[in-house]
Amino acid sequence: MATSQEISFKEPAARVAERQAAFGVNDELPEMQGEKMVLNMGPSHPATHGVLRIILELDGEIITKADPDIGYLHRGDEKIAENMTYTQFIPYTDRLDYLAPLANNVAYALAVEKLMGIDGQLTPRCQYIRVICCELARVSAHLLGLGAFAMDVGALTVFLHTFAQRETVYNLAEALTGARFTTSYTRIGGLSRDIPAGWIEAVRKFLDECAAAIDESDKLLTRNRIWVDRTKDVGIISKADAIDFGLSGPNLRGSGVDFDVRKAHPYLCYEDFDFEIPVGSVGDCYDRYLVRQEEMRQSLRIIRQAIDKLPGGPINIPDGKTVLPPKDKVLTGMEELIHQFMLVTQGVNAPKGEVYFGAENPKGELGFYINSRGGGTPYRLKIRAPSFVNLSILAKLLPGHMMSDTVAILGSLDFVMGECDR
Amino acid sequence: MSQTAQELGEKIAAQFPEAFEAPVEFRGEITLKLKDPAKIAEVCHFAKKELGFDYLVDLTSIDNYGEDPRWTVVYELYGMLTHGSYLRIKTDVSEEKSELPTISGVWATANWHEREAYDMMGIRFTGHPDLRRILMWEGYPYFPLRKDFPLAGKPSEMPDVAFTRRAPLEGGPFVTLAGGKDSMDREPRVRTPEE
Repeated sequence: MATSQEISFKEPAARVAERQAAFGVNDELPEMQGEKMVLNMGPSHPATHGVLRIILELDGEIITKADPDIGYLHRGDEKIAENMTYTQFIPYTDRLDYLAPLANNVAYALAVEKLMGIDGQLTPRCQYIRVICCELARVSAHLLGLGAFAMDVGALTVFLHTFAQRETVYNLAEALTGARFTTSYTRIGGLSRDIPAGWIEAVRKFLDECAAAIDESDKLLTRNRIWVDRTKDVGIISKADAIDFGLSGPNLRGSGVDFDVRKAHPYLCYEDFDFEIPVGSVGDCYDRYLVRQEEMRQSLRIIRQAIDKLPGGPINIPDGKTVLPPKDKVLTGMEELIHQFMLVTQGVNAPKGEVYFGAENPKGELGFYINSRGGGTPYRLKIRAPSFVNLSILAKLLPGHMMSDTVAILGSLDFVMGECDR
Repeated sequence: MSQTAQELGEKIAAQFPEAFEAPVEFRGEITLKLKDPAKIAEVCHFAKKELGFDYLVDLTSIDNYGEDPRWTVVYELYGMLTHGSYLRIKTDVSEEKSELPTISGVWATANWHEREAYDMMGIRFTGHPDLRRILMWEGYPYFPLRKDFPLAGKPSEMPDVAFTRRAPLEGGPFVTLAGGKDSMDREPRVRTPEE
């Protein structure tokens, strides 16, 4: 079971008072203070990573109130899902957390497979390839998250190092799925295609290079005086708050809660692999940075084990009513033609019922709640977006910090608005 | 795992006799249905304080259009530091009433989830500290996730905002029609251009 560590934490009001005392602000001299200022940060601000808008109330440089305003990227994905078949929605999952489309594809496919009761039938090869995809996506998302975080607080070089590695992940995704960005790789009950020739060797090469690049960014940041000053003891989230606000992923673990869906409720074949869950001790921006840094190393470790043990065999479950039959058989066999026709026009035949499935994605727990009334279309599909939930703590977290700390806090929370606004 | 979801569900049902329908199990998940939505805050408070459900994973609303009661609100509970079991509680809310007590006092994360349910379907949560729209903009007149709201959107009276008029090709002969039973119905080629 999840264990945790105690963290010292002050309420926002106490933090505001402490900061004001430190800067010599005295409530007994109101004429010295001036009025509070309302500052509008975003929706188009380089540090808000997309279209987050925060309405800040400032007393000098100290934030006294913060009101996040989201929804600028709302596209109605849940409405769209109700109007198409399960398979047709896969491309839309690319556009949720668009920094890790492969992981979203896998999470969504697993949710639908759980609804259909076929998650136990997935072939070993399919499960291993999906794990490799998830972990590649995690490395790629964390590389960008760290690079952008460092860039926001003034360390531009790290971004260039991490982005070079991301380019390799994109090349790998392109070779695997045919698309660099909008991968749409999974299918209900399998994958769209098998691993191409030479891909495993390319991944091995990437693992070595990426480990070196992570070490490099580690050297650039971890003991960097400016970096430590900007992030240490900034944006402390207590363990109790992290759980109360439903944080997940590195933000939860940074606060000292040892919870990872991959360990607590293993899906796919995660119990086959040896890996550790890094946990923070203070819950500040620096801890969240360290957790992400270590998670990338653990992901590389998982990928290495997965490609070493990669089983052979088919990638799709052998059920024509779930997975599209091979094209050459469609053109020659009657049964396959019927299956193809039914799958394309009606979609998979899901039973009545409701399921929730949450997967450990780079940003946190990406969950899908599917309410089905039978047939190929969900009656209601709710996306539990980790970025949405993680951002809800901002109103409590920001007050009491300096204006310039906002940038570090936003960078350390590592959110994606495409997922938050859906 | 010290306690299974089933045992925990039985404990809740025992604490509130007659308040729940029989638990439903599907794909290993236990769903409890609360008959009276007014009790939801009390039930959630008990689940958190006494049964260790310290983590609210998700809160969802469902529009059962054409049925009575029209709304279903679904709560996904989890015991993170305690037992590691999931439990789903759901409750029906009638369209005339369209409101139920907030649980944002039990789990802070419910604050934004409830705002979203209000924004998308128009279900009000009484006692919520800040029940404003969250994804749509302030002043938007509709609740877009309701089943009677068309996928293409509706014209609105508000000047200078999106959806003030129909999209150029909307309803045209080459556009897939949303909302049909299957893709045969939605397929543009089965329709004549006049439609």
